[in-house]
Amino acid sequence: MENGAPNNLFNEQATEEKGEMARLSSFIGAMAIADLVKTTLGPKGMDKILQSQSRGQEVTVTNDGATILKSIYVDNPAAKVLVDISKVQDDQVGDGTTSVVVLAGELLREAEKLVNMRLHPQTIIQGFREAMNCALKALEDLSVNHVDDKEKYREDMLKIARTTLSSKILTNDKEHFSQLAVDAVMRLKGSTNLDSIQMIKKTGGTLHESYLDEGFILDKKIGVGQPKRIENAKILVANTPMDTDKIKIYGARVRTEGMAQVGAIEQAEKEKMRKKVQKIIDHGINCFINRQLIYNFPEQLFTDAGVMAIEHADFDGIERLALVTGGEICSTFNNPEDAKLGECKLIEEIMIGEDKLIRFSGVALGEACTIILRGASTHILDEAERSLHDALCVLSQMATDSRVVYGGGCSEMVMSKAIEDLAKKTPGKRSLAMESFAKALRQIPAIIAENGGLDSTELISQLRAAHVEECCRHGIDILTGTVGDMTKLGISESFKVKKCVLSSATEATEMILRVDDIIKCAPRQREQ
Amino acid sequence: MSLAFDEYGRPFIVIKDAESKQRVKGLEAQKANILAARTVARILRSSLGPKGMDKMLQSPDGDLTISNDGATILEQMEVENQIGKLLVELSRSQDHEIGDGTTGVVVLAGSLLEQAEVLLDRGMHPIRIGEGFEMAAKVAHETLDSISEKFDFSKENLEPLVNTCMTTLSSKIVNRCKREMAEYCVKAVMAVADLERKDVNLDLIKVEGKVGGSIEDTQLVYGIVIDKDMSHPQMPKNIKDAKIAILTCPFEPPKPKTKHKVDIDTVEKYEKLAETEQKYFADMIQQCKDSGANLIICQWGFDDEANHMLYKNDLPAIRWVGGVEIELIAMATGGRIVPRFVELSEGKLGKAGTVREVNFGTTKESMIVIEDCAKSKAVTILVRGGNRMILEETKRSLHDALCVARNLVKDNSIVYGGGSAEIACSLAVEAAADKIKGVEQYAMRAFADALDAIPLALAENSGLAPIESLTKVKSQQVSEGNRRLGIDCKDAGTNDMKEQYVFETLIGKKQQMMLATQVVKMILKIDDVITPSGYA
Repeated sequence: MENGAPNNLFNEQATEEKGEMARLSSFIGAMAIADLVKTTLGPKGMDKILQSQSRGQEVTVTNDGATILKSIYVDNPAAKVLVDISKVQDDQVGDGTTSVVVLAGELLREAEKLVNMRLHPQTIIQGFREAMNCALKALEDLSVNHVDDKEKYREDMLKIARTTLSSKILTNDKEHFSQLAVDAVMRLKGSTNLDSIQMIKKTGGTLHESYLDEGFILDKKIGVGQPKRIENAKILVANTPMDTDKIKIYGARVRTEGMAQVGAIEQAEKEKMRKKVQKIIDHGINCFINRQLIYNFPEQLFTDAGVMAIEHADFDGIERLALVTGGEICSTFNNPEDAKLGECKLIEEIMIGEDKLIRFSGVALGEACTIILRGASTHILDEAERSLHDALCVLSQMATDSRVVYGGGCSEMVMSKAIEDLAKKTPGKRSLAMESFAKALRQIPAIIAENGGLDSTELISQLRAAHVEECCRHGIDILTGTVGDMTKLGISESFKVKKCVLSSATEATEMILRVDDIIKCAPRQREQ
Repeated sequence: MSLAFDEYGRPFIVIKDAESKQRVKGLEAQKANILAARTVARILRSSLGPKGMDKMLQSPDGDLTISNDGATILEQMEVENQIGKLLVELSRSQDHEIGDGTTGVVVLAGSLLEQAEVLLDRGMHPIRIGEGFEMAAKVAHETLDSISEKFDFSKENLEPLVNTCMTTLSSKIVNRCKREMAEYCVKAVMAVADLERKDVNLDLIKVEGKVGGSIEDTQLVYGIVIDKDMSHPQMPKNIKDAKIAILTCPFEPPKPKTKHKVDIDTVEKYEKLAETEQKYFADMIQQCKDSGANLIICQWGFDDEANHMLYKNDLPAIRWVGGVEIELIAMATGGRIVPRFVELSEGKLGKAGTVREVNFGTTKESMIVIEDCAKSKAVTILVRGGNRMILEETKRSLHDALCVARNLVKDNSIVYGGGSAEIACSLAVEAAADKIKGVEQYAMRAFADALDAIPLALAENSGLAPIESLTKVKSQQVSEGNRRLGIDCKDAGTNDMKEQYVFETLIGKKQQMMLATQVVKMILKIDDVITPSGYA
């Protein structure tokens, strides 16, 4: 009880940080996280190498914010909040995971200055909230919607895909991949279910050789000696054991008294399997796909009947196949007339690189398609898949909200200008917080420019000057390092992503600002 | 450590192993206790009110909780001090009884103890202080009764209730969509309320959470939500007028408990076995079908074969439903839990208006929603949130709001918030103190001062000048005789809490003062603390 506090209020190992100290530690933690991912922002962002701690010491090379943050271990509570926020962003819209963390970090950086000026955190929060509403309104005014105009809509999607991909590994082939992504998403016809878009990664070749295949590709082999190409296929999708039927009655066991009986039973077993196969073939099918293994014996029976049999398609594959071919997953085969068979125009074995795969084309469900990614190494392929997935997410979200805003820092500048105008009109200390919000927003294009090795201060001041004019659509052109008109350069971003970034970042900032006390309980003692 | 000696000069051993125990006695003990209690109260103080700050708590496993709910903070803090634990209990009992005001009660207790310490220093006996507090609490009680107002609402006019819930939610993280949340809460409470008997069974309201989506996606379901999906991916996802067979037997061949063996030694027997096996499945399905059910809810798993046959027979099924949920479904739908297929009959089926599978967002997760149940009015609030942290906090906030709505349905007397009730009580106690003879007078004045701590903390947390605002409101209350004046936390420009829709239930406030006074009395009465020192 020396320093005025009872020394045994908490467990000895528990720590408490209060008031200024708590705020300081959360600011530092959050900013450290933001600084960590800051350099990956924008088309010239750098990548990070993540090495896992597990035995394999696997290496991931990425510049996807969510992936980086997911993989690092953070101990700082405030940093955890930011990691969570980026995860949410990933779940909701799929892109902007880095931006949201960086923006939250910048907001906190500004908030710290305000706290040091003795502004009450609640006043700051109030100001930030008003600023956010104002920014959202400005963003909405800026957005354009081309949903009615097919041509322009497609054009918008392409632009967005290009912008999203330009910050990723695919930037060299962004033209190719944005076409690919847009084609894939257009096939979905407005659904946001990315299930029917399948991605298959095969090493070898270059990224440029990746392509979109209409139809469904299954990474499996066709049984030996069976037809490799079937037209107008009738497919039975099944989930049934094709080794021997397990005896399901509890306690039943085979007990024989002599070798002759063993032979008889074996015969009966075989006979049973033969009957089962016959039943399956009686469905009038020419392709049989099973989730479980198909043993040699039934496989041979199928071969004799000229039926293509594919074994061990995993669960996802089966469900997807059933979905796209319009069949149902069967487990009993007694009523062939009831079973709904899947159909497709053509099944064939194709070669990608050195691997054989099975392609189902002309399937009932037109939405399905497969993207085959080729690349020099698994790291590149993984990163390419992540990037493409981001792009697909963003594009599919366009179906729910097709509005588009301009990128290249243009929308940030418009928002910050709107907020500054509001701040001028607002009496009270809140206006200071608003100005800070505007400043934090301006930091985003500045960071993008900096990552591109450009003179950010110069560019931002030029941009700011340009935005004094009403309806200015200028932003930074990273490739040439100048300020240009975004409408001409065709750099667009999805409104929904921007909106999400803005509101999530503000929310996270608010959450961290509101904390004035951090209590860490004593870590649970692990039994060694 | 003082020692007693017997006539031969040998020390009496009063406490076993006295050397290894710490002992604090007398005034020192009281001081130490007060200090501990005040430390706890000080932590919570800044969380009071709509602009209260949050606390970040890291559990022993490294999980994070951000909350400004008093009960939660105290619970997660893992206080080790005995007196600290008393306060944790205090806030918990407020949480159980009322569900709201958990922070206020601790802050009040802390500030009462602070005042008591001053009196102790003056040499007042702790018991007298306690008695004075008790008398003051009585006066405060009466004052609360006199300033309380009846709160009007009816089934048609729920607006006042919604406003009250919004007040509760405004200090929480869900602030952004408090309107929607408040409406859900009120609707949920009204759905299960028995207005005649003025009773609300909160057990019928389930608050379920699922990570993903945003808070705005939260929805109110008039029925039950279970975190399962249909057993076969191609089964219908929407069933109207469901007749539900609730089974606790698996769709598998029976497994008798008695040890037995079926020996197969001939081909005929082998074939017979395979046939019997298939018949089992067919029979089970037929029995379900015969009972007229069009939905099967089963506690156990299905065999692949059974699953497919169910699907073929248009019997959608849900498997692996937990025991608690099975019971809930049985109660709500009026069905009977059937342990054997042979016992299935039409009368034992549960009924529900619709059963549907709901998918969420881009993730492939889904839940089953059972709506319009035949027997019960059970409702579920399905909370969505970006991460577990937000989800948990939202659930807690909703619980608070639900409690407030329930309390108002039970007893619609209210007092105004924003510290106005405390100020009114403080004034009344102060006035009453002068009429009391004896030392208790001082204790009562101290009680009045302690009450001021609540509006002071409110003002401080809102970024206002605390003393200035308090004195202003206090003098206004006296000069205008308006007991509804409180601290303007929300910067709304008026001090009249009626206009700001800030009020609390009368029982809640009364309970707060009662509990705080009792605990303070208890702490003051302790004059000896014996603890084993260290963990040997």
